[in-house]
Amino acid sequence: MEVIKPGTKINFLGMRWYAFALSGLLIGASIISIILHGGLNYGIDFAGGTLVQVKFTEPTQVERVKEQLSSVGLDRSLVQRFGERKENEYLIRVEKVVPDMEVLSLQIEEALQKAYGKGGVEVRRTEMVGAKVGKDLRKKGILAIIYAMIGLLIYITWRFEFIFALGALIALAHDVMITVGAFSLTDKEFTLPIIAAILTIIGYSLNDTIVVYDRIRENRRKMRREAFAKIINSSINETLSRTLLTSITTLIVVVILFIYGGGVIHDFAFALMVGIVTGTYSSIFVASPIILSWQERR
Amino acid sequence: MLILFVTVVAFIYLAPSVVGEIGGFLGKILPRDKIHLGLDLQGGMHLVLEVEAQKAVESYVERIRGDLKEDLKGQRIYAPRIEMINGNQLSLEVLGEKERFDEFIKNNYPILVEISVEDHGKYRRIVLGVEKKQADYLKRYAVDQALETIRNRVDQFGVAEPDISPQGTDRILIQLPGIKDPQRAIKLIGRTALLEFKLLDEEHSPQAALKGKIPDGDIILYQRQEDRKTGRVSRVPFLLQKKTLMTGEVLKDAQVRFDDFNQPYVALEFDPRGAKMFDRITAANVKKRLAIILDDNVYSAPVIQERISGGRAQITGAFTLEEARDLAIVLRAGALPAPVKILENRSVGPSLGRDLIDKGLHSIIIGGILVVLFMVIYYKVSGAIADFALILNLILIMGALAGVRATLTLPGIAGIILTIGMAVDANILIFERIREELRLGKTPRAAIEGGYSKAFLTIMDANITTLIAAVVLFQFGTGPVKGFAVTLSIGIVASLFTALFVTRVVFDLLLAKRVLKQVSI
Repeated sequence: MEVIKPGTKINFLGMRWYAFALSGLLIGASIISIILHGGLNYGIDFAGGTLVQVKFTEPTQVERVKEQLSSVGLDRSLVQRFGERKENEYLIRVEKVVPDMEVLSLQIEEALQKAYGKGGVEVRRTEMVGAKVGKDLRKKGILAIIYAMIGLLIYITWRFEFIFALGALIALAHDVMITVGAFSLTDKEFTLPIIAAILTIIGYSLNDTIVVYDRIRENRRKMRREAFAKIINSSINETLSRTLLTSITTLIVVVILFIYGGGVIHDFAFALMVGIVTGTYSSIFVASPIILSWQERR
Repeated sequence: MLILFVTVVAFIYLAPSVVGEIGGFLGKILPRDKIHLGLDLQGGMHLVLEVEAQKAVESYVERIRGDLKEDLKGQRIYAPRIEMINGNQLSLEVLGEKERFDEFIKNNYPILVEISVEDHGKYRRIVLGVEKKQADYLKRYAVDQALETIRNRVDQFGVAEPDISPQGTDRILIQLPGIKDPQRAIKLIGRTALLEFKLLDEEHSPQAALKGKIPDGDIILYQRQEDRKTGRVSRVPFLLQKKTLMTGEVLKDAQVRFDDFNQPYVALEFDPRGAKMFDRITAANVKKRLAIILDDNVYSAPVIQERISGGRAQITGAFTLEEARDLAIVLRAGALPAPVKILENRSVGPSLGRDLIDKGLHSIIIGGILVVLFMVIYYKVSGAIADFALILNLILIMGALAGVRATLTLPGIAGIILTIGMAVDANILIFERIREELRLGKTPRAAIEGGYSKAFLTIMDANITTLIAAVVLFQFGTGPVKGFAVTLSIGIVASLFTALFVTRVVFDLLLAKRVLKQVSI
């Protein structure tokens, strides 16, 4: 079976200005969304706070859980359904970090037990992260992303040329921005696993870009006479089949994760989905055209 | 051969995870480590504590203050006021010559350095501080000591495979898998457990002191009593002499015993030094009340009826058996040199972990089947060869996880699933190349040869970049994230092996045996 027929010649470079405009639009939307939301919606990993995951035996509503919590003075807590409806699981997040978090989770458990009966509610997970640790993790997370980028810049410069590395990094930053923007737009929480997802996207997006670059390098030797634009265009076309196929197989498993993975994995898979789609797009429409734009300017 | 060998080794490492215990002779020579599940999958508690090491310096300075006062008096150097300031400095008002004072400090308290001097005519105000190197040593010592003490407590509490390790300069990471009562464990670990004996000040009334007039050299501490039926907590104030006569340092043992009413209490036994101290204290204070204080909470204040020379005492209170048992544990393990603060606490119940494993396995199976089907449909026989490599890849990852004692976490499972998607990438690259070669009219053998060699560098470059991201992730990672980095790295290496090497060998075998005259791709 073949989806992309050999000899396909789509003029990707001809579309590059549209692509740049689309990318600019998406990144702009991401930045505006982040600003409008007053920064990212940090989960307790980064913001500090206390989180309790409870499971009820009988269906209930967010309002009812909230009511019970207000009765013990926790009226400023955030309650949200977790996972699928039939699971009856809820997340309770309390913004403040109390020194004695055990008391807090006991308080929550007791308040809920009063309303739902002793066997009616189960505390499945509690997490408390101090503000100091949250700040540390935030710093570490940003550093990790920067270090990864520097490492990749060096590697690609060594294997190709600096301008290739720059193109790849711009494509990366593009993917990361849009993924982060998607989190902001959907108001999803930014947690530790999401940092892991972003670093994976960085690796994945690069994987894609490098395959195209590799072809450009090879074709440059083969097609010395041709214009650089043509070399790039045919390189993208020749690798197009592979680019799409790999994205499909990876997307298959990520979508499965998104559907079946349950609570924590859900958001992780969402980040990967956005990242894989933008990563595939950017390796075709961003990473290589940037090299061309650079060459033309000189 | 190599393929066979690697596969067999992977199976051997994987076996214990799948079939459980292997008995007899085989069980002795085969590796016995199962795949290690992270706390998020098997349930348990993850704690990060901060040792407030500064407090260790403070209590050290406080102790020096007492000694210094006595010593200066003995030397006839007049320093009527010695105060602690800024938590770790001593401010003295010294009368008389400064040279003698300096000389005395230099010879007897080399640890203290002069920070400032102010001349007030009649006296000098001299501020002394602990030398920085010494202070750092005290802090480091406090953290080491705390680590050791917590390890002792956890051991006695009885947790299978606890992990207690230092983190950074003043933090302690504690992982207790499978723990059922996190609240109780925290109480046990986080308690300072400083046991003190102080005399009551029976000349003044605590009521008057409460109104704000605390006599010099006294403090007020409370006895906390909880009514077990109503849950009401009452606090009884005690007026005590500030001076600590004895601490839990001299304890030899602490055991739970029962009194005549079957009420549990904790029996203390002192070491010889402690026994002597206790003997002296009780002899000098017959008919006075001696308070037994744990972490600033008065447990009891019995009247000393007579001199006690056996080196034994007891702590009573309305304990439950569990409370008494935990109290005995912390007393046996010793006090923490400084209080600890909980910075991070994550506890997962065992049922949640099982759910997650089920969901993870579910996803791996469904995702795997879909990818396998996709490859067969798209690449036919070649796709099947890639699928074979993929399955081998999964076995290798699992085997490696068990073999290197890596921890499988929830994000780790996600990492495996992601690897499934990405592992076939190398084969897709190769197959697309082979197709190109075939289109150029090459023979199957030459096309395969060309496809592999041309795709090789691309595959290496692409995977090394992902590996760089994974390694950074590992460096950065805490628990779950680290697990993800580990499985991703293992997955990349395993997929390079299976995709580049294993599939190649299969192709060659098929071609050599002339099973394959044309490449089905």
